[in-house]
Amino acid sequence: MNHNRRTLLKGSLAAGAVGAAVSAGLLTPRTVMAAWSKAAFEAKDVNAALTGAMGSADAATSDQIKLKAPDIAENGAVVPITVTSKIDGTTNMSILVATNNTPLTSTYELGPNTQGYISTRVKMAKTSDVIAVVKAGGKLYSTKKEVKVTIGGCGG
Amino acid sequence: MAKSIKLRAKAKDGVATVKCLISHPMETGLRKDKKTGKPIPAEFIQEVVCESGGKTVLGAQWGSAISKNPFLSFKFSGAKSGDSIKISWVDNKGNSDSHEGKIK
Repeated sequence: MNHNRRTLLKGSLAAGAVGAAVSAGLLTPRTVMAAWSKAAFEAKDVNAALTGAMGSADAATSDQIKLKAPDIAENGAVVPITVTSKIDGTTNMSILVATNNTPLTSTYELGPNTQGYISTRVKMAKTSDVIAVVKAGGKLYSTKKEVKVTIGGCGG
Repeated sequence: MAKSIKLRAKAKDGVATVKCLISHPMETGLRKDKKTGKPIPAEFIQEVVCESGGKTVLGAQWGSAISKNPFLSFKFSGAKSGDSIKISWVDNKGNSDSHEGKIK
């Protein structure tokens, strides 16, 4: 009886250790995707940021992309942005704020089943164009919208 | 950094809508401490990865211009109720967290 209990304890301890190791291994998303592009995120102008993030700054304006953002943002620290792309085969998306110190806010790599829809919140230093850039079939498409900011979001 | 992620995923007609909130300061490195006048070091999430059923659904790279306590929502097809979904993030200081849940 006592012996059985020991075995059970040993068994569950071993299983616990394996589980911990697996989850530790899975905690590194760096292995599954491209490295964080420092150059793109530190670029000071829109074209340089786009080249770093999407490989080119040559984006055609498209009405197939919907950019939802407020006309006036009362708080520049939290500006909700929703980008919807209806272009088939959308693989990448980026959101830029033209007059921010570093325009590139974020870039997304979509999986094969992922729809062209991203919603997030960004910081805006002052009134600026928000630009959404979509990559589909190796080509770039963009759309933009001006958002007026009444209080700056960066620098407190 | 345990339990920094709140995750909701709902499947409807094969399309899953994922919403997640991460609690993180997202310091840009540009702000100054009002008392000491010293700059507050940058601390922001750089990478967010979402996996469902062992496949990567979305890989996001973020800069410091994403708001404090970031919100992220996206959709993907081919999902059904009960599928596993996992979100993980890594910030510029090397901190990370992940959360696994199920699609409702």
